[in-house]
Amino acid sequence: MAWWKSLTRRKIFWPLVALAILMLFNLFFTPHFFRIEIKEGHLYGNVIDILKNGAPMMLLAIGMTLVIATKGIDISVGSVVAISAGVVAMLIGGDLHGIPRHPIFASMAVAVLVCTVAGMWNGMLVSRVGMQPIIATLILFVAGRGIAMVTTNAMVVWLYTKPFALLGQGYIFGLPFSLYMVVVLLVLVALTTRRTSLGLFIEAVGINPIAAKFAGINAKNIIFWVYAFSGFCAGIAGLVVCSTVMSADGNNAGLGFELDAILAVVLGGTSLNGGKFYLLGSIVGALIIQTLTVTIYAFGVPPEISQVVKAVVVYIISLLQSRKFRSMLTGVFGRREFAT
Amino acid sequence: MKTKSINQRNLPTLVTVALFLIMFGLGSVSFRGFFAVQNTLNLLIDNSYLLIIGVGMTFVIISGGIDLSVGSMLALSTMLSSSLLEKSHWSPILVIPTVLLMGIALGSFMGYLIQTFDLPPFIITLAGLYLARGLCYVISIDTIAIDNPFWQSAAHAQINIAAGSFISPSVVIAVVVIIAAIFISRSTKFGRTVYAIGGNEQSAILMGLPVGRTKVLIYAFSGFCSSLAGIVFTFYTLSGYALDGTGMELDSIATVVIGGTLLTGGVGSIIGTVFGVLVYGTIQVLIVFQGTLNSWWTRIAIGFLVFVFCVLQRLFERRKRARAKSEKLGRAEPVAAAR
Repeated sequence: MAWWKSLTRRKIFWPLVALAILMLFNLFFTPHFFRIEIKEGHLYGNVIDILKNGAPMMLLAIGMTLVIATKGIDISVGSVVAISAGVVAMLIGGDLHGIPRHPIFASMAVAVLVCTVAGMWNGMLVSRVGMQPIIATLILFVAGRGIAMVTTNAMVVWLYTKPFALLGQGYIFGLPFSLYMVVVLLVLVALTTRRTSLGLFIEAVGINPIAAKFAGINAKNIIFWVYAFSGFCAGIAGLVVCSTVMSADGNNAGLGFELDAILAVVLGGTSLNGGKFYLLGSIVGALIIQTLTVTIYAFGVPPEISQVVKAVVVYIISLLQSRKFRSMLTGVFGRREFAT
Repeated sequence: MKTKSINQRNLPTLVTVALFLIMFGLGSVSFRGFFAVQNTLNLLIDNSYLLIIGVGMTFVIISGGIDLSVGSMLALSTMLSSSLLEKSHWSPILVIPTVLLMGIALGSFMGYLIQTFDLPPFIITLAGLYLARGLCYVISIDTIAIDNPFWQSAAHAQINIAAGSFISPSVVIAVVVIIAAIFISRSTKFGRTVYAIGGNEQSAILMGLPVGRTKVLIYAFSGFCSSLAGIVFTFYTLSGYALDGTGMELDSIATVVIGGTLLTGGVGSIIGTVFGVLVYGTIQVLIVFQGTLNSWWTRIAIGFLVFVFCVLQRLFERRKRARAKSEKLGRAEPVAAAR
């Protein structure tokens, strides 16, 4: 049983089990859930859709993981997604013949840059001004939507520039293009955090910022850049969102993404109390959420109601992470040890 | 010495009052028709629901917590009251208590989770935000218009006060809530315990105060306030809609912060929040009078004001800490010399 123990002890195990249960449920109750066809030269099916539509959430979850690891939170990501979509849509322009007003690459770069600056603003408020993360990012959570609406003059901007559609709708080697973006970003972040001491520093700041400072870690800078990076991720996610629907709607783009991203990270095993983080877990978490959404759709329930389900899931996970709740459980079942 | 310390405690509120007067003065100078008694009363009429939510939020923030669910709780109570009135044809006498009970129940549920399992308030109330919003959609995806005669009369009633100017019943409700809240915060055991929890929860527990019960009650009270605000909001819009009150959580936190309540807890006042709401309302009116700016600028302006006030709070705290430190050092000096 040693192999079983070492398997269950791995953090990635439980999120994968949850995903597998959800998939199994769909196997029995949703017809043709796992059918994958080849249409117009690319793979097509529910599972591929989950990967494709889950891409923005996976991108956000990568940034959010690092923020939560420092014991912070970034609830502005949904609004930053809207800003990114608004900026890129205004720069490319809604020309009916699809002629971009500014070069597509430059527009995308500017949008991501604006979002990174938005992230830096959050980072400055948290690390330099010393505001609580929830309040610091709450400012952009609301003001950000205002900024997005002002950018697009409170209108929905439609795009007709074909090459831009690649980001959210394109396929390479049969798989969605956005998936490659997720993989590249994940590998880059995993390398920089796990192959250098940066990951350790981030965890140290999350576990005890004062101790980290005495250990010679520049906690302020780490916190600052973690929020900037979260803004960067939200910017890229915004491009994908904008490209998927080929429009920018300041009111609805990225609405409610913040809870989904937080949920993805927490489902993946990273604790809201900061410290150890699990990038791959967050990706699995994002996939769980997307599968859940698709399942709810498949049952013909209005998608808005999925918010209730998600809220309940947050409550359950928060309870499981609460030490008091766990000691209550162990009291009930009479077990001395509770796997953490 | 004593008068000085009182002044210092009131300083943030005084800053808010001054800000309100300056903004109102600027508006009166720049725009014709801005300075009128009715215009001032309209500030109260248009923001009565924000005043009520702000009262609940003030208690939460003074206790060192936060409630992000207020906006969607408001939406849920607009939806619940409109569907009970129009779809189930309940009488208003039953609808109002039911909606208020719903608010209290959801609020206590969140408070219970936060208190019993020691969970972070922002996560629990953020999930509450989505829970309430989702429940709105369970009730109905579409807007429900209210035709009920009682609601209609509450919406159109004007209570005349001096020289042709009037207020609405909503203002009366808001004023009653404010006066009650000022009394509760200053003269009841509950109110003093709220301040004690915000000052230092550990000390409050050691002093034998009922911290657990009070914390649950605080969130229950905030839930009550936001559901009452929801009813007042339906007097204003005569409909229920699931997207009502999006972003109201920041509006409400903003008014509390602008009113001089410290986000770290322990310090704050209801009257400050009232002026915070007035400042918020004046910004909105200024943007309307200005005419060319899109109403979304209100959101940006509010975000900016919250930023400014948070920075000011940090500066106040830093100065206070520095002074406390220097006093301590001054006293400790002989000891250090003896060593």
